[in-house]
Amino acid sequence: MLALNAAHHTYRPSKQVPTLRIIVPTERVLSPIISIQGLHKVYDSGFTALTDVNLEIERGEIFALLGPNGAGKTTLISAICGLVRQTRGTISIDGHDTVDDFRKARSIVGLVPQEVSLEPFEKVLNTIRFTRGLFGKPGNEKHLEEILRELSLWDKRKSPTSQLSGGMQRRVLIAKALAHEPEILFLDEPTAGVDVELRKAMWETVNRLRERGVTIILTTHYIEEAEAMADRIGIISKGRILLVENKKELMTRLGGKQMTIELVEPIAAIPDSLQRFSLRKSEDGHELIYDYDISADRSGIASLLSAVSSEGLMVKDVRTRQSSLEDIFVDLVNEDGAQ
Amino acid sequence: MNFHAIASIYRFEMSRFFRTIGQSIVSPVLSTSLYFVVFGAAIGSRIEEVDGLDYGAFIVPGLIMLTILTQSVSNAAFGIYFPKFIGTIYEVLSAPISFIEIVIGYVGAAATKSFLIGLIIYITANFFVDLPVNHPGWMLAFMFLTCISFALFGFIIGIWAESFEQLQLVPLLVITPLAFLGGAFYSLSMLPPIWQTISLFNPVVYLISGFRWAFFDQADVPVFASLLAVAAFMLLCLGAIALIFRTGWKVRN
Repeated sequence: MLALNAAHHTYRPSKQVPTLRIIVPTERVLSPIISIQGLHKVYDSGFTALTDVNLEIERGEIFALLGPNGAGKTTLISAICGLVRQTRGTISIDGHDTVDDFRKARSIVGLVPQEVSLEPFEKVLNTIRFTRGLFGKPGNEKHLEEILRELSLWDKRKSPTSQLSGGMQRRVLIAKALAHEPEILFLDEPTAGVDVELRKAMWETVNRLRERGVTIILTTHYIEEAEAMADRIGIISKGRILLVENKKELMTRLGGKQMTIELVEPIAAIPDSLQRFSLRKSEDGHELIYDYDISADRSGIASLLSAVSSEGLMVKDVRTRQSSLEDIFVDLVNEDGAQ
Repeated sequence: MNFHAIASIYRFEMSRFFRTIGQSIVSPVLSTSLYFVVFGAAIGSRIEEVDGLDYGAFIVPGLIMLTILTQSVSNAAFGIYFPKFIGTIYEVLSAPISFIEIVIGYVGAAATKSFLIGLIIYITANFFVDLPVNHPGWMLAFMFLTCISFALFGFIIGIWAESFEQLQLVPLLVITPLAFLGGAFYSLSMLPPIWQTISLFNPVVYLISGFRWAFFDQADVPVFASLLAVAAFMLLCLGAIALIFRTGWKVRN
Protein backbone atom coordinates (compact mmCIF):
# COMPACT_ATOMS: atom_id res chain seq x y z
CA MET A 1 0.00 0.00 0.00
CA LEU A 2 2.67 2.39 1.07
CA ALA A 3 4.84 1.59 -1.90
CA LEU A 4 1.95 2.21 -4.23
CA ASN A 5 1.31 5.60 -2.76
CA ALA A 6 4.95 6.46 -2.67
CA ALA A 7 5.14 5.85 -6.38
CA HIS A 8 2.24 8.13 -7.07
CA HIS A 9 2.36 10.80 -4.51
CA THR A 10 3.97 13.33 -6.77
CA TYR A 11 1.18 12.90 -9.28
CA ARG A 12 -0.93 15.98 -9.81
CA PRO A 13 -4.36 15.66 -11.44
CA SER A 14 -3.68 18.69 -13.66
CA LYS A 15 -1.08 16.71 -15.63
CA GLN A 16 -2.22 14.39 -18.35
CA VAL A 17 -2.78 10.84 -17.22
CA PRO A 18 -0.44 8.46 -19.09
CA THR A 19 -2.59 6.28 -21.30
CA LEU A 20 -0.81 3.06 -20.46
CA ARG A 21 -1.19 3.40 -16.73
CA ILE A 22 -2.85 0.43 -15.13
CA ILE A 23 -6.48 1.30 -14.56
CA VAL A 24 -6.95 0.37 -10.93
CA PRO A 25 -4.14 2.40 -9.39
CA THR A 26 -5.00 5.37 -11.59
CA GLU A 27 -8.49 5.42 -10.18
CA ARG A 28 -7.06 5.15 -6.74
CA VAL A 29 -4.79 8.08 -7.37
CA LEU A 30 -7.52 10.21 -8.86
CA SER A 31 -9.93 9.69 -6.02
CA PRO A 32 -9.25 11.74 -2.92
CA ILE A 33 -8.10 9.70 0.08
CA ILE A 34 -10.56 11.50 2.35
CA SER A 35 -13.85 12.92 1.20
CA ILE A 36 -16.16 14.85 3.53
CA GLN A 37 -19.61 15.94 2.49
CA GLY A 38 -22.10 18.14 4.29
CA LEU A 39 -20.63 17.47 7.70
CA HIS A 40 -22.47 18.93 10.69
CA LYS A 41 -21.67 18.41 14.33
CA VAL A 42 -23.85 19.66 17.14
CA TYR A 43 -22.71 18.59 20.62
CA ASP A 44 -25.16 17.44 23.29
CA SER A 45 -24.67 20.81 24.98
CA GLY A 46 -26.22 22.44 21.90
CA PHE A 47 -22.92 23.88 20.68
CA THR A 48 -22.57 23.74 16.91
CA ALA A 49 -18.97 22.83 16.21
CA LEU A 50 -19.13 22.17 12.47
CA THR A 51 -21.47 23.55 9.82
CA ASP A 52 -21.73 22.07 6.35
CA VAL A 53 -18.09 21.10 5.97
CA ASN A 54 -17.10 19.82 2.53
CA LEU A 55 -13.50 18.83 2.10
CA GLU A 56 -11.34 16.52 0.03
CA ILE A 57 -7.84 15.47 0.94
CA GLU A 58 -5.62 14.23 -1.85
CA ARG A 59 -3.32 11.25 -1.62
CA GLY A 60 0.17 11.92 -0.39
CA GLU A 61 -0.30 15.60 0.32
CA ILE A 62 0.37 17.56 3.47
CA PHE A 63 -2.77 19.43 4.27
CA ALA A 64 -2.75 22.09 6.95
CA LEU A 65 -5.94 23.06 8.67
CA LEU A 66 -5.62 26.52 10.10
CA GLY A 67 -7.98 28.22 12.43
CA PRO A 68 -8.23 30.16 15.66
CA ASN A 69 -8.91 28.35 18.94
CA GLY A 70 -12.40 26.89 19.06
CA ALA A 71 -12.79 27.05 15.28
CA GLY A 72 -13.65 23.34 15.01
CA LYS A 73 -10.27 21.92 13.97
CA THR A 74 -10.19 19.22 16.62
CA THR A 75 -13.86 18.37 16.17
CA LEU A 76 -13.30 17.91 12.45
CA ILE A 77 -10.35 15.58 13.05
CA SER A 78 -12.25 13.76 15.78
CA ALA A 79 -15.20 13.19 13.47
CA ILE A 80 -12.95 11.77 10.75
CA CYS A 81 -11.16 9.49 13.21
CA GLY A 82 -14.33 8.28 14.93
CA LEU A 83 -13.88 10.03 18.27
CA VAL A 84 -17.10 12.00 17.89
CA ARG A 85 -20.18 11.05 15.99
CA GLN A 86 -21.29 13.45 13.28
CA THR A 87 -24.80 14.86 13.49
CA ARG A 88 -25.18 14.89 9.70
CA GLY A 89 -23.09 14.34 6.61
CA THR A 90 -20.72 11.66 5.38
CA ILE A 91 -17.02 11.02 5.61
CA SER A 92 -15.25 8.43 3.54
CA ILE A 93 -11.66 7.31 3.87
CA ASP A 94 -10.15 5.57 0.85
CA GLY A 95 -13.69 4.94 -0.35
CA HIS A 96 -14.91 3.47 2.94
CA ASP A 97 -17.65 5.23 4.87
CA THR A 98 -16.49 6.00 8.41
CA VAL A 99 -19.79 4.85 9.90
CA ASP A 100 -20.94 1.91 7.79
CA ASP A 101 -17.49 0.59 7.01
CA PHE A 102 -15.58 1.96 9.97
CA ARG A 103 -13.19 -0.97 10.27
CA LYS A 104 -11.66 -0.50 6.85
CA ALA A 105 -11.82 3.28 7.12
CA ARG A 106 -10.09 3.52 10.49
CA SER A 107 -7.48 0.83 9.92
CA ILE A 108 -5.40 3.10 7.67
CA VAL A 109 -5.57 6.17 9.90
CA GLY A 110 -3.17 7.19 12.65
CA LEU A 111 -3.93 10.01 15.05
CA VAL A 112 -1.60 12.11 17.17
CA PRO A 113 -3.84 13.99 19.59
CA GLN A 114 -3.33 17.49 20.84
CA GLU A 115 -3.04 16.61 24.52
CA VAL A 116 -0.27 14.31 25.67
CA SER A 117 -2.20 11.36 27.03
CA LEU A 118 -0.30 8.20 27.83
CA GLU A 119 -0.74 5.32 30.26
CA PRO A 120 1.68 6.61 32.90
CA PHE A 121 2.98 3.37 34.39
CA GLU A 122 3.31 1.35 31.21
CA LYS A 123 6.58 0.93 29.34
CA VAL A 124 7.03 2.78 26.05
CA LEU A 125 7.35 -0.39 23.99
CA ASN A 126 4.23 -1.92 25.54
CA THR A 127 2.07 1.12 24.83
CA ILE A 128 3.16 0.95 21.19
CA ARG A 129 2.50 -2.77 20.95
CA PHE A 130 -0.93 -2.07 22.41
CA THR A 131 -1.78 0.42 19.68
CA ARG A 132 -0.61 -1.87 16.92
CA GLY A 133 -2.81 -4.64 18.27
CA LEU A 134 -5.79 -2.31 18.67
CA PHE A 135 -5.60 -1.59 14.97
CA GLY A 136 -5.76 -5.28 14.21
CA LYS A 137 -2.16 -5.78 13.14
CA PRO A 138 -0.22 -8.87 14.21
CA GLY A 139 2.93 -8.22 16.24
CA ASN A 140 5.96 -6.94 14.34
CA GLU A 141 8.78 -6.14 16.73
CA LYS A 142 11.11 -5.13 13.89
CA HIS A 143 8.72 -2.45 12.70
CA LEU A 144 8.25 -1.13 16.23
CA GLU A 145 12.01 -1.01 16.70
CA GLU A 146 12.40 0.98 13.47
CA ILE A 147 9.80 3.51 14.60
CA LEU A 148 11.34 3.90 18.04
CA ARG A 149 14.83 4.30 16.59
CA GLU A 150 13.65 6.87 14.10
CA LEU A 151 12.03 8.89 16.85
CA SER A 152 15.09 8.46 19.11
CA LEU A 153 13.07 6.53 21.66
CA TRP A 154 14.70 3.12 21.40
CA ASP A 155 16.86 3.68 24.48
CA LYS A 156 13.74 4.57 26.43
CA ARG A 157 11.68 1.60 25.30
CA LYS A 158 11.66 0.05 28.77
CA SER A 159 10.92 3.28 30.65
CA PRO A 160 7.45 4.00 31.94
CA THR A 161 5.99 6.84 29.90
CA SER A 162 5.59 9.03 32.98
CA GLN A 163 9.38 9.17 33.35
CA LEU A 164 9.94 10.75 29.95
CA SER A 165 10.36 14.42 29.19
CA GLY A 166 7.49 16.31 27.56
CA GLY A 167 9.18 16.21 24.16
CA MET A 168 9.74 12.47 24.39
CA GLN A 169 6.14 11.89 25.41
CA ARG A 170 5.03 13.72 22.28
CA ARG A 171 7.27 11.47 20.23
CA VAL A 172 5.75 8.42 21.92
CA LEU A 173 2.35 9.66 20.71
CA ILE A 174 3.72 9.82 17.17
CA ALA A 175 5.26 6.36 17.54
CA LYS A 176 1.89 5.02 18.68
CA ALA A 177 0.13 6.63 15.72
CA LEU A 178 2.64 5.01 13.35
CA ALA A 179 2.65 1.58 15.01
CA HIS A 180 0.07 0.13 12.63
CA GLU A 181 1.64 1.55 9.47
CA PRO A 182 -1.14 4.03 8.62
CA GLU A 183 -1.54 5.61 5.19
CA ILE A 184 -3.01 8.76 6.67
CA LEU A 185 -1.61 10.56 9.68
CA PHE A 186 -3.46 13.24 11.62
CA LEU A 187 -1.39 15.58 13.71
CA ASP A 188 -3.53 17.75 15.96
CA GLU A 189 -1.42 20.76 16.97
CA PRO A 190 1.75 18.65 16.92
CA THR A 191 4.07 21.41 18.03
CA ALA A 192 1.92 23.32 20.50
CA GLY A 193 4.13 24.21 23.45
CA VAL A 194 7.14 22.48 21.93
CA ASP A 195 10.58 24.11 21.79
CA VAL A 196 12.13 25.22 18.50
CA GLU A 197 14.54 22.31 18.21
CA LEU A 198 11.90 19.68 18.72
CA ARG A 199 9.58 21.50 16.35
CA LYS A 200 12.21 21.33 13.61
CA ALA A 201 12.79 17.64 14.36
CA MET A 202 9.07 17.02 14.08
CA TRP A 203 8.90 18.77 10.74
CA GLU A 204 11.70 16.50 9.51
CA THR A 205 9.83 13.43 10.68
CA VAL A 206 6.73 14.62 8.87
CA ASN A 207 8.69 15.21 5.69
CA ARG A 208 10.19 11.73 5.84
CA LEU A 209 6.72 10.28 6.22
CA ARG A 210 5.47 12.22 3.26
CA GLU A 211 8.34 10.90 1.18
CA ARG A 212 7.06 7.42 1.96
CA GLY A 213 3.67 8.40 0.61
CA VAL A 214 1.81 8.97 3.88
CA THR A 215 -0.92 11.58 3.60
CA ILE A 216 -0.60 14.08 6.42
CA ILE A 217 -3.25 16.35 7.83
CA LEU A 218 -2.13 18.74 10.50
CA THR A 219 -3.96 21.36 12.44
CA THR A 220 -2.04 24.26 13.73
CA HIS A 221 -2.33 27.83 14.71
CA TYR A 222 1.35 28.38 14.03
CA ILE A 223 1.11 29.86 10.59
CA GLU A 224 4.82 29.37 9.98
CA GLU A 225 4.30 25.67 10.38
CA ALA A 226 1.70 25.56 7.64
CA GLU A 227 3.79 27.88 5.50
CA ALA A 228 6.85 25.69 5.89
CA MET A 229 5.25 22.32 5.34
CA ALA A 230 1.87 22.26 3.72
CA ASP A 231 0.98 21.63 0.09
CA ARG A 232 -2.54 22.87 0.58
CA ILE A 233 -4.17 24.92 3.25
CA GLY A 234 -7.68 24.96 4.59
CA ILE A 235 -8.88 27.78 6.79
CA ILE A 236 -11.62 27.07 9.27
CA SER A 237 -13.42 29.53 11.49
CA LYS A 238 -16.55 29.08 13.61
CA GLY A 239 -17.09 25.59 12.26
CA ARG A 240 -17.03 26.60 8.60
CA ILE A 241 -14.34 26.00 6.03
CA LEU A 242 -13.66 29.47 4.66
CA LEU A 243 -11.17 28.45 2.04
CA VAL A 244 -9.15 25.53 0.73
CA GLU A 245 -6.32 26.28 -1.61
CA ASN A 246 -2.89 25.31 -2.78
CA LYS A 247 -0.50 27.17 -0.51
CA LYS A 248 1.47 28.87 -3.30
CA GLU A 249 -1.64 29.94 -5.17
CA LEU A 250 -3.17 31.20 -1.99
CA MET A 251 -0.15 33.31 -1.21
CA THR A 252 -0.02 34.64 -4.75
CA ARG A 253 -3.72 35.29 -5.02
CA LEU A 254 -4.32 36.83 -1.67
CA GLY A 255 -0.82 37.85 -0.80
CA GLY A 256 -0.39 41.37 -2.08
CA LYS A 257 3.00 43.03 -1.98
CA GLN A 258 3.87 46.27 -0.37
CA MET A 259 6.65 48.70 -1.26
CA THR A 260 7.81 51.31 1.20
CA ILE A 261 9.77 54.28 -0.14
CA GLU A 262 11.75 56.01 2.55
CA LEU A 263 12.41 59.68 1.85
CA VAL A 264 15.35 61.79 2.95
CA GLU A 265 13.13 64.78 3.65
CA PRO A 266 9.60 64.40 5.04
CA ILE A 267 6.67 65.61 2.96
CA ALA A 268 3.49 67.30 4.22
CA ALA A 269 1.19 65.93 1.53
CA ILE A 270 1.37 63.52 -1.37
CA PRO A 271 2.21 65.59 -4.50
CA ASP A 272 -0.50 65.77 -7.20
CA SER A 273 1.72 64.03 -9.74
CA LEU A 274 1.77 60.91 -7.51
CA GLN A 275 -1.98 60.84 -6.76
CA ARG A 276 -2.73 58.28 -9.50
CA PHE A 277 -0.72 55.60 -7.64
CA SER A 278 -3.06 55.65 -4.60
CA LEU A 279 -0.17 55.90 -2.21
CA ARG A 280 -0.33 56.22 1.52
CA LYS A 281 1.97 58.40 3.54
CA SER A 282 3.37 57.53 6.96
CA GLU A 283 2.38 59.87 9.78
CA ASP A 284 5.75 61.53 10.02
CA GLY A 285 5.82 62.03 6.23
CA HIS A 286 9.08 60.10 5.87
CA GLU A 287 7.59 57.15 4.03
CA LEU A 288 5.40 56.50 1.03
CA ILE A 289 3.61 53.17 1.05
CA TYR A 290 2.52 51.50 -2.15
CA ASP A 291 0.34 48.36 -2.23
CA TYR A 292 0.42 46.35 -5.44
CA ASP A 293 -0.52 43.00 -6.78
CA ILE A 294 2.25 40.83 -8.17
CA SER A 295 -0.18 38.75 -10.19
CA ALA A 296 -1.20 41.84 -12.20
CA ASP A 297 0.48 42.36 -15.57
CA ARG A 298 2.11 45.60 -14.55
CA SER A 299 3.08 46.29 -11.01
CA GLY A 300 3.56 50.00 -11.67
CA ILE A 301 6.76 50.08 -9.64
CA ALA A 302 8.93 51.47 -12.45
CA SER A 303 6.58 54.34 -13.29
CA LEU A 304 6.10 55.12 -9.60
CA LEU A 305 9.82 55.35 -9.00
CA SER A 306 10.36 57.55 -12.03
CA ALA A 307 7.45 59.78 -10.97
CA VAL A 308 8.98 60.10 -7.50
CA SER A 309 12.27 61.08 -9.00
CA SER A 310 10.64 63.60 -11.43
CA GLU A 311 8.93 65.17 -8.41
CA GLY A 312 12.41 65.77 -7.05
CA LEU A 313 11.94 63.68 -3.93
CA MET A 314 15.19 62.20 -2.57
CA VAL A 315 14.86 58.47 -1.90
CA LYS A 316 16.81 57.09 1.07
CA ASP A 317 15.69 53.45 0.88
CA VAL A 318 13.16 51.15 -0.78
CA ARG A 319 11.77 48.07 0.92
CA THR A 320 9.28 45.48 -0.34
CA ARG A 321 7.39 42.93 1.67
CA GLN A 322 5.07 40.08 0.68
CA SER A 323 2.19 39.44 3.03
CA SER A 324 2.66 36.27 4.99
CA LEU A 325 0.13 33.53 5.44
CA GLU A 326 -0.53 35.03 8.82
CA ASP A 327 -1.75 38.30 7.29
CA ILE A 328 -3.97 36.38 4.89
CA PHE A 329 -5.30 34.30 7.70
CA VAL A 330 -6.02 37.19 10.01
CA ASP A 331 -7.74 39.08 7.17
CA LEU A 332 -9.94 36.13 6.30
CA VAL A 333 -10.94 35.31 9.82
CA ASN A 334 -11.63 38.95 10.62
CA GLU A 335 -13.72 39.30 7.48
CA ASP A 336 -15.68 36.24 8.52
CA GLY A 337 -16.11 37.62 12.02
CA ALA A 338 -17.38 40.92 10.67
CA GLN A 339 -20.12 39.25 8.67
CA MET B 1 -14.01 -9.59 14.69
CA ASN B 2 -10.71 -7.88 15.45
CA PHE B 3 -9.07 -10.55 17.63
CA HIS B 4 -5.75 -8.74 17.77
CA ALA B 5 -7.52 -5.78 19.34
CA ILE B 6 -9.30 -7.91 21.95
CA ALA B 7 -6.02 -9.61 22.85
CA SER B 8 -4.29 -6.26 22.96
CA ILE B 9 -6.78 -4.70 25.37
CA TYR B 10 -6.88 -7.86 27.48
CA ARG B 11 -3.09 -8.09 27.75
CA PHE B 12 -2.73 -4.39 28.49
CA GLU B 13 -5.31 -4.55 31.27
CA MET B 14 -3.85 -7.73 32.75
CA SER B 15 -0.42 -6.16 32.81
CA ARG B 16 -1.88 -3.49 35.10
CA PHE B 17 -2.96 -6.32 37.41
CA PHE B 18 0.42 -8.02 37.33
CA ARG B 19 2.27 -4.74 37.80
CA THR B 20 0.62 -4.51 41.19
CA ILE B 21 0.51 -8.23 41.80
CA GLY B 22 1.55 -7.94 45.46
CA GLN B 23 -1.24 -5.52 46.18
CA SER B 24 -3.68 -7.51 44.04
CA ILE B 25 -3.10 -10.67 46.05
CA VAL B 26 -2.16 -9.42 49.51
CA SER B 27 -5.26 -7.30 49.98
CA PRO B 28 -7.90 -10.04 49.38
CA VAL B 29 -5.85 -12.62 51.31
CA LEU B 30 -5.47 -10.25 54.22
CA SER B 31 -9.12 -9.21 54.37
CA THR B 32 -10.28 -12.83 54.07
CA SER B 33 -7.98 -13.84 56.88
CA LEU B 34 -9.36 -11.01 59.01
CA TYR B 35 -12.92 -12.17 58.33
CA PHE B 36 -11.95 -15.64 59.48
CA VAL B 37 -10.29 -14.32 62.62
CA VAL B 38 -13.28 -12.13 63.50
CA PHE B 39 -16.28 -14.14 62.26
CA GLY B 40 -14.77 -17.59 62.26
CA ALA B 41 -12.73 -17.66 65.46
CA ALA B 42 -14.04 -14.87 67.70
CA ILE B 43 -17.76 -14.79 66.91
CA GLY B 44 -18.07 -18.10 65.09
CA SER B 45 -17.08 -20.05 68.18
CA ARG B 46 -20.28 -18.81 69.81
CA ILE B 47 -22.40 -19.71 66.79
CA GLU B 48 -22.43 -23.43 66.77
CA GLU B 49 -23.81 -24.36 63.40
CA VAL B 50 -25.80 -22.75 60.62
CA ASP B 51 -27.97 -25.12 58.59
CA GLY B 52 -25.94 -27.94 60.02
CA LEU B 53 -22.66 -26.44 58.85
CA ASP B 54 -19.67 -25.17 60.77
CA TYR B 55 -20.03 -21.35 60.76
CA GLY B 56 -16.46 -20.82 59.57
CA ALA B 57 -17.13 -22.93 56.49
CA PHE B 58 -20.64 -21.51 56.03
CA ILE B 59 -19.37 -17.97 55.43
CA VAL B 60 -16.76 -18.94 52.80
CA PRO B 61 -19.03 -18.85 49.70
CA GLY B 62 -20.49 -15.53 50.88
CA LEU B 63 -17.02 -14.12 51.47
CA ILE B 64 -15.84 -15.14 48.03
CA MET B 65 -18.96 -13.68 46.45
CA LEU B 66 -18.60 -10.45 48.43
CA THR B 67 -15.05 -10.03 47.18
CA ILE B 68 -15.59 -10.97 43.56
CA LEU B 69 -18.67 -8.74 43.32
CA THR B 70 -16.82 -5.67 44.52
CA GLN B 71 -13.63 -6.57 42.66
CA SER B 72 -15.45 -7.18 39.36
CA VAL B 73 -17.32 -3.92 39.60
CA SER B 74 -14.37 -1.80 40.66
CA ASN B 75 -11.86 -3.44 38.29
CA ALA B 76 -14.07 -3.01 35.26
CA ALA B 77 -15.18 0.48 36.27
CA PHE B 78 -11.59 1.57 36.82
CA GLY B 79 -10.39 -0.19 33.66
CA ILE B 80 -12.53 1.93 31.36
CA TYR B 81 -12.67 5.05 33.54
CA PHE B 82 -8.89 5.43 33.78
CA PRO B 83 -8.30 5.78 30.00
CA LYS B 84 -11.17 8.26 29.96
CA PHE B 85 -9.60 10.17 32.83
CA ILE B 86 -6.08 10.33 31.39
CA GLY B 87 -7.32 10.75 27.82
CA THR B 88 -5.89 7.58 26.27
CA ILE B 89 -9.43 6.47 25.39
CA TYR B 90 -8.97 8.34 22.08
CA GLU B 91 -6.95 5.39 20.82
CA VAL B 92 -9.63 2.85 21.56
CA LEU B 93 -12.30 5.04 19.97
CA SER B 94 -10.28 5.67 16.82
CA ALA B 95 -9.31 2.02 16.37
CA PRO B 96 -11.10 -0.23 13.88
CA ILE B 97 -12.98 -2.07 16.60
CA SER B 98 -16.61 -2.29 17.60
CA PHE B 99 -18.01 -1.92 21.07
CA ILE B 100 -18.32 -5.66 21.34
CA GLU B 101 -14.56 -6.04 21.08
CA ILE B 102 -13.96 -3.20 23.54
CA VAL B 103 -16.31 -4.83 26.04
CA ILE B 104 -14.83 -8.31 25.61
CA GLY B 105 -11.34 -6.91 26.16
CA TYR B 106 -12.03 -4.75 29.19
CA VAL B 107 -14.72 -6.85 30.83
CA GLY B 108 -12.83 -10.07 30.12
CA ALA B 109 -9.73 -8.72 31.84
CA ALA B 110 -11.67 -7.37 34.82
CA ALA B 111 -13.54 -10.65 35.20
CA THR B 112 -10.32 -12.65 34.95
CA LYS B 113 -8.78 -10.58 37.73
CA SER B 114 -11.68 -11.06 40.10
CA PHE B 115 -11.92 -14.76 39.18
CA LEU B 116 -8.26 -15.19 40.14
CA ILE B 117 -8.85 -13.31 43.37
CA GLY B 118 -11.86 -15.57 44.09
CA LEU B 119 -9.65 -18.61 43.63
CA ILE B 120 -7.02 -17.11 45.92
CA ILE B 121 -9.63 -16.57 48.63
CA TYR B 122 -10.86 -20.13 48.18
CA ILE B 123 -7.31 -21.42 48.63
CA THR B 124 -6.76 -19.17 51.66
CA ALA B 125 -10.02 -20.35 53.25
CA ASN B 126 -8.80 -23.95 53.02
CA PHE B 127 -6.09 -23.08 55.53
CA PHE B 128 -8.73 -22.08 58.09
CA VAL B 129 -11.63 -24.47 57.63
CA ASP B 130 -12.50 -27.81 56.19
CA LEU B 131 -14.11 -26.91 52.86
CA PRO B 132 -15.82 -29.55 50.76
CA VAL B 133 -17.00 -28.63 47.25
CA ASN B 134 -19.87 -30.87 46.20
CA HIS B 135 -20.32 -29.43 42.69
CA PRO B 136 -16.94 -28.04 41.57
CA GLY B 137 -18.19 -27.45 38.01
CA TRP B 138 -21.14 -25.38 39.25
CA MET B 139 -18.94 -23.57 41.71
CA LEU B 140 -16.65 -22.44 38.91
CA ALA B 141 -19.62 -21.68 36.66
CA PHE B 142 -21.29 -19.48 39.29
CA MET B 143 -18.04 -17.68 39.94
CA PHE B 144 -17.43 -17.19 36.25
CA LEU B 145 -20.94 -15.87 35.53
CA THR B 146 -20.85 -13.56 38.52
CA CYS B 147 -17.46 -12.15 37.55
CA ILE B 148 -18.62 -11.50 34.00
CA SER B 149 -21.99 -9.97 34.83
CA PHE B 150 -20.68 -7.70 37.57
CA ALA B 151 -17.73 -6.68 35.44
CA LEU B 152 -20.29 -5.67 32.78
CA PHE B 153 -22.07 -3.65 35.45
CA GLY B 154 -18.78 -2.07 36.49
CA PHE B 155 -18.04 -1.20 32.88
CA ILE B 156 -21.30 0.75 32.70
CA ILE B 157 -20.36 2.62 35.87
CA GLY B 158 -16.94 3.41 34.43
CA ILE B 159 -18.55 4.87 31.30
CA TRP B 160 -21.06 6.84 33.36
CA ALA B 161 -18.66 8.18 36.00
CA GLU B 162 -17.23 11.63 35.51
CA SER B 163 -15.10 11.67 38.64
CA PHE B 164 -13.30 9.25 40.91
CA GLU B 165 -15.92 10.03 43.53
CA GLN B 166 -18.72 8.79 41.29
CA LEU B 167 -16.60 5.78 40.45
CA GLN B 168 -16.53 4.75 44.12
CA LEU B 169 -20.13 5.69 44.76
CA VAL B 170 -21.99 2.74 43.30
CA PRO B 171 -19.74 0.00 44.68
CA LEU B 172 -19.88 1.69 48.07
CA LEU B 173 -23.56 2.56 48.25
CA VAL B 174 -25.06 -0.33 46.27
CA ILE B 175 -22.80 -3.34 45.96
CA THR B 176 -21.43 -3.53 49.50
CA PRO B 177 -24.82 -3.20 51.28
CA LEU B 178 -26.47 -5.64 48.89
CA ALA B 179 -23.66 -8.12 49.43
CA PHE B 180 -23.69 -7.78 53.21
CA LEU B 181 -27.48 -8.09 53.29
CA GLY B 182 -27.39 -10.90 50.74
CA GLY B 183 -26.81 -13.65 53.23
CA ALA B 184 -23.03 -13.71 53.13
CA PHE B 185 -22.80 -14.19 56.88
CA TYR B 186 -26.19 -15.71 57.70
CA SER B 187 -28.87 -17.97 56.33
CA LEU B 188 -32.15 -16.36 55.27
CA SER B 189 -33.95 -18.78 57.58
CA MET B 190 -32.38 -16.95 60.53
CA LEU B 191 -34.31 -13.75 59.60
CA PRO B 192 -37.86 -12.80 60.66
CA PRO B 193 -40.37 -13.76 57.89
CA ILE B 194 -40.87 -10.17 56.68
CA TRP B 195 -37.11 -9.71 56.12
CA GLN B 196 -36.95 -13.05 54.41
CA THR B 197 -39.47 -11.77 51.87
CA ILE B 198 -37.69 -8.44 51.45
CA SER B 199 -34.39 -10.26 50.95
CA LEU B 200 -35.83 -12.05 47.96
CA PHE B 201 -35.68 -8.71 46.09
CA ASN B 202 -31.95 -8.57 46.64
CA PRO B 203 -30.26 -10.11 43.58
CA VAL B 204 -27.13 -10.92 45.55
CA VAL B 205 -29.14 -13.38 47.68
CA TYR B 206 -29.56 -15.56 44.60
CA LEU B 207 -25.87 -15.45 43.77
CA ILE B 208 -24.70 -16.36 47.25
CA SER B 209 -27.35 -19.00 47.66
CA GLY B 210 -26.50 -20.69 44.37
CA PHE B 211 -22.82 -20.49 45.09
CA ARG B 212 -23.27 -21.95 48.57
CA TRP B 213 -25.28 -24.76 47.06
CA ALA B 214 -22.31 -25.62 44.83
CA PHE B 215 -20.26 -26.07 48.00
CA PHE B 216 -22.62 -27.62 50.52
CA ASP B 217 -25.70 -28.71 48.62
CA GLN B 218 -27.74 -26.24 50.68
CA ALA B 219 -29.51 -23.18 49.36
CA ASP B 220 -31.89 -20.43 50.50
CA VAL B 221 -33.54 -20.29 47.09
CA PRO B 222 -33.79 -22.93 44.35
CA VAL B 223 -30.63 -23.25 42.24
CA PHE B 224 -32.40 -22.59 38.96
CA ALA B 225 -33.65 -19.30 40.43
CA SER B 226 -30.04 -18.40 41.17
CA LEU B 227 -28.99 -19.21 37.64
CA LEU B 228 -31.92 -17.27 36.25
CA ALA B 229 -31.02 -14.25 38.39
CA VAL B 230 -27.40 -14.18 37.16
CA ALA B 231 -28.49 -14.67 33.56
CA ALA B 232 -31.13 -11.92 33.84
CA PHE B 233 -28.65 -9.50 35.38
CA MET B 234 -26.12 -10.25 32.70
CA LEU B 235 -28.66 -9.70 29.91
CA LEU B 236 -29.73 -6.45 31.52
CA CYS B 237 -26.17 -5.19 31.59
CA LEU B 238 -25.51 -6.35 28.03
CA GLY B 239 -28.64 -4.52 26.88
CA ALA B 240 -27.57 -1.35 28.64
CA ILE B 241 -24.11 -1.55 27.09
CA ALA B 242 -25.53 -2.12 23.62
CA LEU B 243 -27.66 0.99 24.10
CA ILE B 244 -24.69 3.04 25.31
CA PHE B 245 -22.69 2.07 22.29
CA ARG B 246 -25.47 2.68 19.84
CA THR B 247 -26.13 6.17 21.12
CA GLY B 248 -22.51 7.06 21.90
CA TRP B 249 -23.70 8.14 25.35
CA LYS B 250 -20.92 9.79 27.40
CA VAL B 251 -18.38 8.48 24.92
CA ARG B 252 -18.73 10.05 21.50
CA ASN B 253 -20.82 13.11 22.28
